[in-house]
Amino acid sequence: MVHTAVFAVCAAASVAAGVAVFRVDSMARATLALLASFVLAAITLLLLDLSYLGVLVILMMTMEMMIMIVFMIMYMMNPAGLMPMTMVHNNRGALAISLAVFAALVTGIFLVPWPDTRPGTPADPTLQLAEAIMGSKMLVMMVIGMVLFATMVAATVLSTARGRYDRYGDRLRRSRPDDPIRGGVGR
Amino acid sequence: MSLELYLLLAAALLTVGLYGALSQQSIVMLMMGLELMLNGVIVAAGAFWFYASADRPDGQVLVLVVVTAMAVEMAMGFAVTTAIFRSRDVDMVDSATDLKD
Amino acid sequence: MGDPMPLWGMLLLPIGLLLLGYGGAAWSAILTARAAGSPVSLAAATPARETARLLVEQRRTIPGADTLLWRLGGATVPVAAVLAVLVLPVADRAAADLSIGVVWFNAMEVLIWVAVWTVGWGANSAWGLVGAYRFLIQGLAYALPHMFALTTAALGAGSLRVSDIAQAQENLWFAALMPVAFGVYLLSAMAMAYWGPFDPAVARDLAGGAAAELTGVDRLVFRSGRYLMLTAAAAMAVPLFLGGGAGPLLPGWAWTVLKTAAVLALLVWLGHRLPTVRVDRFTEIGWVVLIPATLLQALVVAIVVLVV
Repeated sequence: MVHTAVFAVCAAASVAAGVAVFRVDSMARATLALLASFVLAAITLLLLDLSYLGVLVILMMTMEMMIMIVFMIMYMMNPAGLMPMTMVHNNRGALAISLAVFAALVTGIFLVPWPDTRPGTPADPTLQLAEAIMGSKMLVMMVIGMVLFATMVAATVLSTARGRYDRYGDRLRRSRPDDPIRGGVGR
Repeated sequence: MSLELYLLLAAALLTVGLYGALSQQSIVMLMMGLELMLNGVIVAAGAFWFYASADRPDGQVLVLVVVTAMAVEMAMGFAVTTAIFRSRDVDMVDSATDLKD
Repeated sequence: MGDPMPLWGMLLLPIGLLLLGYGGAAWSAILTARAAGSPVSLAAATPARETARLLVEQRRTIPGADTLLWRLGGATVPVAAVLAVLVLPVADRAAADLSIGVVWFNAMEVLIWVAVWTVGWGANSAWGLVGAYRFLIQGLAYALPHMFALTTAALGAGSLRVSDIAQAQENLWFAALMPVAFGVYLLSAMAMAYWGPFDPAVARDLAGGAAAELTGVDRLVFRSGRYLMLTAAAAMAVPLFLGGGAGPLLPGWAWTVLKTAAVLALLVWLGHRLPTVRVDRFTEIGWVVLIPATLLQALVVAIVVLVV
């Protein structure tokens, strides 16, 4: 009973926060609304015994949104929303497509005969996940690791304006890189 | 609580995100829409694990993959935004359509 | 895994945190007074006087401030500190001894990022926003080494449950088994409470940074929340690295309190001794020195766990 009530409140609030992302004018509020939506959705995961994944989503999304907020404010011409403006294109088309998709999904949800019997949850779902990604599903973990590493390199290459020729000179002969700000380990 | 309720929540989140991804002009707002859509996928995967296959770890692994996809999407999205902004001073999807040429 | 904490214990937990936090603030005031050459005997009451002054001070209103986010951010600091210590075992009992306690602590302590950023942003002040961004940069620098330090402690015990980690140190404290992880944890404890060498977010060169425009009750909540966070981080060092409530003669809870007070006193003293580190420098130190160091530490601990 308590579970159902918590789920109802969190689900409704999560969707409401998601809608708020595109309704508020301030970019700070939009990003924090997205964060609220994630955290509330993660609480519904906690109700499913997924304590590790639920808390992990809260942890990751908090950090991710705080990085996101920097870019939100950097790239929006009106970050604080002090002068309301709309920046949308094809609003009606988007609304129609989304509602059609929602209708199709809801029809599917209620038409598909989902399995009735629920298999018992393991004693420790975290252990189940851990043994899977270090055992039978190890390939997934390895690919995730490689993808994350490639992402770090690619994102740095794309976003930095200075290459090695700027740092080490045209012939790469400089022994110390010429950086505008020197780092903390004396290079 | 039942699988259907969780899937309804997932569908609602996905729909709101889809609307945002389709309608927003700013690249960063578009990415918020994508993140919301993936949030719906996380809820759906967790619900499928609990109600249909709790004896197998697949659902949990899927959640892990989606969380990673979100991180990668955000990092690459902002890197591309920064690269586009550096080279041509735009941050709107409409202004970047000539990239296809 | 012991019995759940009784209800009075849950009430006592925030009160204990508050008392220890006051102790930290008083110790800080004493150190300041000693450095300034003013009488030390009066300094212990300085935080109380400051609290009374801030309680009666009228709140400033700022045009264009995002008041909702501003207040919410300030209130998040103490709330995050109290939520973080829910998994702290006191005398073998935690308010909520979650099976993933370490991850929970990490998730709650990251809420400080949201708190400091919104406090800096909400005030509609350039000083505040610069301080807020400084804290995010610092967060990126300390978060990964901090996580690896937590992971190493969990690895040594083979469990993410905080009480299991405390019990695994019956023979050897993790502070001795994994000194690098312990050192990095102490550094990140100061960094997450934007304390001491890691206080550029609220530094004097920015007229107070993220806290520049805070007045009255808002300032009180933000500043006391900072001491609560520092206390919470010091308290978590006890089950993670200092053997939990283990010790001779005294009962377990007393040892937890004593060790927490000792770590807190050390952190406050270090904060007074060390100069502020610029965030761009600390970022490189964090990524080039601390991350490899903690990874190597994790490797060593993993081998020890396998062999012993």
